Amino acid sequence: MIEWIISILLLLGGSFVLVGSIGLVKMPDFFMRLHGPTKATTLGMALLLTASMIFFSSTQAGFSAKEILISLFLLLTAPISGYMMIKAAIHHKLDSIERTKGIDNIEDDV
Amino acid sequence: MLETVILIVFAMIGLSLLLNVWRLLVGPSVPDRILALDTMYINTIALIILYGMSMGTALYFEAALLIAMLGFVSTVAVCKYLLRGDIIE
Amino acid sequence: MRSQMRLEAKFRWLPTPLRSLLLFIVWLLLNNSVSAGHIVLAVILAIVIPLATSPFRTKQPLVLKPGLAFRHLMLVLYDIITANVQVAILILGPNKKLTPGFVKVPLDLTHDMPITILASTVSLTPGTVSAEVYPWRECLTEGKEPEERFLLIHVLNLEDEQALINTIKQRYEAPLKEIFQC
Repeated sequence: MIEWIISILLLLGGSFVLVGSIGLVKMPDFFMRLHGPTKATTLGMALLLTASMIFFSSTQAGFSAKEILISLFLLLTAPISGYMMIKAAIHHKLDSIERTKGIDNIEDDV
Repeated sequence: MLETVILIVFAMIGLSLLLNVWRLLVGPSVPDRILALDTMYINTIALIILYGMSMGTALYFEAALLIAMLGFVSTVAVCKYLLRGDIIE
Repeated sequence: MRSQMRLEAKFRWLPTPLRSLLLFIVWLLLNNSVSAGHIVLAVILAIVIPLATSPFRTKQPLVLKPGLAFRHLMLVLYDIITANVQVAILILGPNKKLTPGFVKVPLDLTHDMPITILASTVSLTPGTVSAEVYPWRECLTEGKEPEERFLLIHVLNLEDEQALINTIKQRYEAPLKEIFQC
């Protein structure tokens, strides 16, 4: 039973990580590429780490919870690194695809 | 069954690492490359955790935590450099 | 009685109660044990580290409603999961159907800490990444509040701009205002 839960979590996590990387390759401009890694990959990692937590709790003596630390860390830092990257991209005036709406909402740097 | 699943997930992560490398090489801009590198860090953590699971040891956990921290700090540092031309002003 | 926003904690020896709790839990998790020795060490660290670092901390509003904060955290976690499935479908679908866009969300929050939390939740939830907070920090004069703040977000698939702004304001910003009372 536990093996089934671990397998499902692992497969789901792996597919989310893969979806994040597919988004990284497939999307036409930088701002759209950013969505894959910041969201899908983070959730995928959280699922993988949960699977690992259940695995080590069931196979080894005692309860193993330190994977929560990595999940927490990734959940906290993913938006911040995403924010830094989009800031750098706006500063470098990267092109966004033509049908992007509201492009004049971006204000000029100081 | 678990061994097979772990192998499949290994393949998935490996494939996503390859996709990241493609984006890292193609670019076209510097932020794109940083993004690819950042995603590679996170995927490497996944690889290490999976390897630990297939070996049945929790020893690799600290390595994963270290990579997570170094990856975050280096991403922020490179972005800061791109933004201001300096890391610590 | 309506409580006011507070920048200082009630006890001087415990400047940031929630952060102390976090340090306590993180230490126990790092060592993966709840033995007496580690608990004593965790308590010492949870008291000494905030005391040692509080002089160079910029004053930020404290969490005044821990219960509501916990409920909001659960809501955000639930939203992260549902939003990720949506984003995964968008990513795997055809690119032509996506109409990305930049949206400016007016902010009612005033301090850095609540704005950071709002920006992070926006980044992790439905198809949006927060990009910038206007006005620019460099344009602000010291000690003076700007008239209006905006959060610039990038949306992966923009359908109804006003509806999106309303969702963000009601679902994520209103609870934060309540939690920090700012």
